[in-house]
Amino acid sequence: MQTATQLEHEVNYLDYKGKYKGIFAWIFSTDHKRIALLYMYSMLTMFVVGVALGLAMKLELIAPGKTIMDPQTYNAVFTVHGVIMIFMIVIPGLPAVFGNFMLPIMIGAKDVAFPKINLLSWYFYVAGALLVISSVLFGNGTPDTGWTFYAPYSFKSGTNLLPAIFGAFVLGFSSILTGLNFIVTIHRMRAPGMTWFKMPLFPWSLYGTAWIQLLATPVIGITLVLVALERIFNIGVFDPALGGDPILYQHLFWIYSHPAVYVMILPAMGAISEIIPTFSQKHIFGYRAIIVSTLAIAFVGYFVWGHHMFTSGMSGTAQYTFSILTFIVAIPSAIKVFNWISTMHKGSINPEAPFLWAVTFIFVFMIGGFSGLVLGALATNVHVHDTAFVVAHFHFIVFGGVGFAFFGAIHYWFPKMFGRMYDKVWAKVGWAFFTVGFLTLYSPMFYLGMMGMPRRYYDYLPEFHAGNILSTLGSWVMTFGLLIIVINLFRSAKNGAIASINPWNSKTLEWTVPSPPPLENFDEIPVYGEKDGPYEY
Amino acid sequence: MENEKHHIVPYKVYIYILVALIAMTFMSIGITKINLGEYSVLGAMIFATLKSILVLSWFMHLKFDQPFLRIMVGFVALLFFAVIFITFLDYYFR
Amino acid sequence: MEHVAQHSDPHYDQEASKLGMWLFIFTELLLFGGLFIVYAIYRFLNPEAFQMAGHELNITIGAINTIILLVSSMTIAMSTSALQKKNKGLTVLLLEITIMLALIFLINKYFEWGVKFDHGIWPGSEHLLNDMGHGEVLFFGLYFVMTGLHALHIVIGMIIIIVALNKVQKGTVHADRPSLLENAGLYWHLVDLIWIFLFPLFYLIH
Ligand code: HEM
Ligand SMILES: [Cu+2]
Repeated sequence: MQTATQLEHEVNYLDYKGKYKGIFAWIFSTDHKRIALLYMYSMLTMFVVGVALGLAMKLELIAPGKTIMDPQTYNAVFTVHGVIMIFMIVIPGLPAVFGNFMLPIMIGAKDVAFPKINLLSWYFYVAGALLVISSVLFGNGTPDTGWTFYAPYSFKSGTNLLPAIFGAFVLGFSSILTGLNFIVTIHRMRAPGMTWFKMPLFPWSLYGTAWIQLLATPVIGITLVLVALERIFNIGVFDPALGGDPILYQHLFWIYSHPAVYVMILPAMGAISEIIPTFSQKHIFGYRAIIVSTLAIAFVGYFVWGHHMFTSGMSGTAQYTFSILTFIVAIPSAIKVFNWISTMHKGSINPEAPFLWAVTFIFVFMIGGFSGLVLGALATNVHVHDTAFVVAHFHFIVFGGVGFAFFGAIHYWFPKMFGRMYDKVWAKVGWAFFTVGFLTLYSPMFYLGMMGMPRRYYDYLPEFHAGNILSTLGSWVMTFGLLIIVINLFRSAKNGAIASINPWNSKTLEWTVPSPPPLENFDEIPVYGEKDGPYEY
Repeated sequence: MENEKHHIVPYKVYIYILVALIAMTFMSIGITKINLGEYSVLGAMIFATLKSILVLSWFMHLKFDQPFLRIMVGFVALLFFAVIFITFLDYYFR
Repeated sequence: MEHVAQHSDPHYDQEASKLGMWLFIFTELLLFGGLFIVYAIYRFLNPEAFQMAGHELNITIGAINTIILLVSSMTIAMSTSALQKKNKGLTVLLLEITIMLALIFLINKYFEWGVKFDHGIWPGSEHLLNDMGHGEVLFFGLYFVMTGLHALHIVIGMIIIIVALNKVQKGTVHADRPSLLENAGLYWHLVDLIWIFLFPLFYLIH
């Protein structure tokens, strides 16, 4: 592969020949860019499995009664689907791929602070994924608890839960190590002159995210250990028969898993905050407000976990408190939406694929957010809890949020990462199919949930038939869009037109190095002067 | 940021700290021997907190490190207590 | 430990590895933090049972172990000072003492658990499940999990200290590159910190 750069003498990271050959040149590489691609390919593999399971569920739900699988299989399918999508796709998601690739370059560093730990965290990822898969392949039955592993069923179920729980634990370790690395990198390795308030917003969002990864993940780690010990030794901590309180399990689980939602969404917001100013050719509106709202989300997001438990039987005081706090945490998200829209105002908009993804991100994220307020209000929550409404809500947030931002980010940074441009027409076609399919797939679920269709059932009452047919059709359209996107990107990585250093005319540092970047990114560490900044258009 | 000079703590300071820690251990045992009812937990926890502050500041060098490390430690402690507090909003009022 | 392995990296940054170690310590604190939450809730729900069960534990052994850990914390803290003063012999000696103390702690713990086992008390044991109340089951469940996890950390800490000791002897850890030893020290103090809370919570309820 050739690069169109002035620094022709620098071998880019894709072609670089090190000590090892072939695949070992990748899986032993501590280069943050190669690790990012390792993550991307392993995540893609798991994503294919997750999507296939999702499609299978939708096919089952195309008609009432048994269509293609029995109830126990359906339980296993939504469990594995949830575990894969949550722990292996959206939690590592943007940090592991674009964080690893772009963070060091965006702050003017040659790599992350601890490259070996970075590679180690990818190994943990793979190990965790394999463990989860092994729970499917071996033992007496695939886990059927749902990705939430709720007690007491998680230690009563006869299925092969231990490897899955252990796998989730190991995946958590991977996430912690990534977070640790990013915090140290941001503290210690910013280019000279790049003060905290000159740092681009994507690194800022990674910083907030990293703190959550660091401080929330251990809680689920120990909770999963307790469930495992409960299964093996009967220690009693969550077993009502021995005096334990299953609701305490829910507390501990959500003390992690609500903040985890922000591990997913904050980097997504960060990527959007890079894309919007670039394609509006305007300084981001309210740079500091975005930073403050990032940190506020990360912090307040810790104290809202109880909104998943309104119907569990916890005290009224706790319910009111969690409800109020949930409303408060919505404010900083709204601030960001306001800032993005204002950035576009009077900008010179360039509607390339990344921009389209960013705008649709804002759209689906707002739908997800508003439905979140419906769920955060006590009275309505009781009504729609554990219905298809919830499924629609979190797919709009996590899939709509993270998925759209991920696709936006890959279309934005693709020329930098591979040194080639993708086919822009196909990119837009893929986006159109995906968006239409996504909305058709999940919107009906809001309605179905409101009407009372419960989630996690392989069957439903006949009156829900129409909505479900529509939803299943949507899943096909969306998958078609997905195929177009993936094929287009793969083909372009090989044969696309050579990309220039800065095809979108962006101002952040990653667009000053060759495409693809050389091994250590910079010949000389850049220096930020008084007037320099990430968004000075 | 370079040339952050290291502070070398004299040996005898460590010995003083150790003596204080051991003394507090005995005091916390003593206080739970007296019947203070509910307050004996409180007493024991106060001593534990004081001890941990000594360990953090001297043994773990926080006293001589950059302020942001101290802020981080304080922040983590605060976060943890806030989480406990909120959890108790459920159990205390149930 | 991998999180200090970057010392062989040409871009050596002592502050970075210290910060990394602190961040790791935070995760450990929250790992135990989860258990402390469980403990707090169950003690709140079963105050009498926790008191009764607490009487089963031996304050003397607990206190001895506390002092052992405190002393070991001091010796490892001194060893960094010794390293900075370029006194290699003393550094090594202090580290060896630390490791010995850790070992003694574990031996005590072994006997302590042994006594419990002799009384028929272990997680899920017949005696515990059939003859004791729910509160006691929870108390001992937590006792074994928390002291067990703590003991596991002692073992990990010992391994790190042994590695550090080796490198001090070989001369790859020295006054200008003390990160590994400092981080081993930080980790060891963490283990001490956790015990400072475990001791009153389990042994001193009366
Ligand atoms: C082709 C894409 C997808 C389809 C067709 C799909 C469809 C579904 C369906 C039908 C359910 C089960 C609802 C029920 O019966 O309770 C479900 C559950 C779930 N999905 Fe997806 N989904 C897709 C992508 C994703 C993605 C990208 C994520 C992660 C962000 C995700 C996360 C989840 C989670 C966490 C659950 C809950 C599992 C549980 O109940 O334990 N899904 N999905
Ligand atoms: Cu939540």
